[in-house]
Amino acid sequence: MKFATELIHGGNPIDPEHGSLSHPIYLSSTFAQHSMDHFGRYDYARSGNPTREALEEALAGLEKGATGLAFASGMAAIASTFLMFAPGDHLVVCEDVYGGTFRLLSTLLKGWGLQTTFVDATDTAAIAAAIRPETKALYLETPSNPLIKITDLPAAAALAREKGLLTIVDNTFMTPYLQRPLELGCDIVLHSGTKFINGHSDVICGFAVARDAEIGQRLRFIQNAFGAVLGPQDCWLVLRGLKTLKVRMEEHQASAKKIVSWLQGQPDVAKVYYPGLPEHPGYQTHLAQASGPGAVLSFELSSYELTKRLLEGVKLSAFAVSLGGVESILSYPAKMSHAAMPPAEREARGIKDTLVRLSVGLEDPDDLIADMDKILHR
Amino acid sequence: MKIATNAAQIGLQRETRTGAVTVPIYQTATFRHPGLGQSTGYDYSRSGNPTRQALEEGLALLEGGCRGFAYASGMAAITSLMFLFRQGDHLVVTEDLYGGSYRLFEKLFQQFGLSFTYVDTSDVELVRQAIRPNTKALFVESLTNPLLKVADVEQLSALCKEREILCIVDNTFLTPYLLRCLDLGADITIYSGSKYLAGHNDTVCGLVAVKDPALAEQVYFHQNGAGAVLGPQDSWLTIRGMKTLTIRLDRQQENAEALARWLAQHPQVGKVYYPGLPDHPGHELMKSRGKGFGAMIAFEVTEPRLVKQLLMKTRLISFAESLGGVESLITFPQVQTHADIEPETLERLGINHLLLRLSVGIEDKDDLIADLAQAFEGGDQA
Repeated sequence: MKFATELIHGGNPIDPEHGSLSHPIYLSSTFAQHSMDHFGRYDYARSGNPTREALEEALAGLEKGATGLAFASGMAAIASTFLMFAPGDHLVVCEDVYGGTFRLLSTLLKGWGLQTTFVDATDTAAIAAAIRPETKALYLETPSNPLIKITDLPAAAALAREKGLLTIVDNTFMTPYLQRPLELGCDIVLHSGTKFINGHSDVICGFAVARDAEIGQRLRFIQNAFGAVLGPQDCWLVLRGLKTLKVRMEEHQASAKKIVSWLQGQPDVAKVYYPGLPEHPGYQTHLAQASGPGAVLSFELSSYELTKRLLEGVKLSAFAVSLGGVESILSYPAKMSHAAMPPAEREARGIKDTLVRLSVGLEDPDDLIADMDKILHR
Repeated sequence: MKIATNAAQIGLQRETRTGAVTVPIYQTATFRHPGLGQSTGYDYSRSGNPTRQALEEGLALLEGGCRGFAYASGMAAITSLMFLFRQGDHLVVTEDLYGGSYRLFEKLFQQFGLSFTYVDTSDVELVRQAIRPNTKALFVESLTNPLLKVADVEQLSALCKEREILCIVDNTFLTPYLLRCLDLGADITIYSGSKYLAGHNDTVCGLVAVKDPALAEQVYFHQNGAGAVLGPQDSWLTIRGMKTLTIRLDRQQENAEALARWLAQHPQVGKVYYPGLPDHPGHELMKSRGKGFGAMIAFEVTEPRLVKQLLMKTRLISFAESLGGVESLITFPQVQTHADIEPETLERLGINHLLLRLSVGIEDKDDLIADLAQAFEGGDQA
């Protein structure tokens, strides 16, 4: 089945009883049992809910994994995955990792005895050099947030396999439409489903997809025990959002390309970070592992004053955190996605106070450009 | 204000733009900022959502806490609280606690270097003896699951204060309507909100109330950091459920008392555990500390075959896990809610092959009694 067809029909069997094309929302916390010796497939909705299961199967299908799991937020998916590890275990993590993940690793999990080394994951040799005897996994984001750095996933996964490590990839920026890390040899894919997967800026959710069933089983145990599951109404909204993933991504991406070329012609734009640009250092690597550059880009302006004017002056793009919705969102990494990172750490990672991140929505790109153009040329 | 008033008014809109008396469902992931460095108070729904906040504030008000927190499930609430602790910390825990909590402690948090001692928390002396130098908290179920042992939250809180450890009370079976743990001195109350608070068997959620602002700040850090939050639609359903908390519980308790008395005189029933019965060891304590005895009953049947017969033959009472909803449910703790606890422990505690647990709903009590009666008789008459 091709991707667009799988989006419409995968994980969404037509309800045999009523013929409903849309999956029912099972707002039930518990399920009555008919036999004392053999419990039915569902007993308690934290452990399993038919609406959530439809969504989990859909995600597993799209990412080509054995097991999909839906969580209350992207952070809940990430935190649940980290609970697979034990004190003394060590992780190698890409250095410009999402601020929330950084906070989780550097405070909470550090207190639990989980060790982390942050590396420039664009350099496979740097990853290899950071591996210790107690290393259990690589944790990667590509393209990274917000500097759009590219990690060579097949190379990293091959290295991990050789050393007996898991490779965990946050695939939020790409979605399985553009990049499927499990097919590239990685073991677990994570998503803030709040972003492109759901795509409508209306649900907070997270996903984990495991390539093999054994790891899926371990994650399933944690999902049930920790209990940070996604509620049925939110699951249904995500199933609905998924239907348009491909058409949304194509449009997002076409508009992003147009905006990038406009930004490149602006004298007040000092630098544009976008993996679709041939001069991007990760261009070839990205091209080899993903089918498109996506719709998140970052750029640096010539001054802090102009940065502030742009953020506060845009009319169409919402000045807000998050990304991946039908609405364009302009955000300020230094004080938003990476606010949880200490300033020194942030600057060392190149996240300047003139850096702006744009998630290109489904508005007409000409309107988005005109909106920004007014401010840059005032 | 009395609790029924506060409960009925949760989420009542004070803003006058629309005058809506229920809080809107803010189904949004993110919030537009008015300017750089400015916020409306909401940035991203994991960090804060107005619908969820209405629920959180409502619970804090009912509990007399400074702040409330809503999570994706009761287990998510417990896990998020466990993040307050560190490698090497020790907790004293109620021995016949909910199987999911036991599984979480033993299979997940023990590997992170936390240790747990399980004691009969209805005995304050046993709790005192279990506290060690590295003990950081007491985790106690105010009314235990499924054996309905009663903890003296006031004395336990005083003990915790004296030993400078946190007193965390899982008050799921009683709710703030029947027992106000923070007023009795506890630091944190925790709920599977899926039960009496939401009350309709339609939402899975967890709730926490905290008394001290500095502790609440730490709890918030982990709610946001680990992100196991409750979605806005489920938050709204929970608010809706909580509006009828007191009237539901009044009826559920009345029904439970009638059922407990009926079961106690039934020839095919052995022990009946219900704190509202005068011979229950916690009866007097509950009378002095709280406002009622709840609506959970555990009872032993006289023969193993009757377990299956009751589970299969009740018509109104559904054979399903969970509790606290308007519909009556019956479960078999040994193989359902407490399946994760070792068999020897279960047997020692009395969670045996004859024990059934009944969550009494708001149906008419005569119909519920008739349903149990026909199931005891074999349930074959039409």
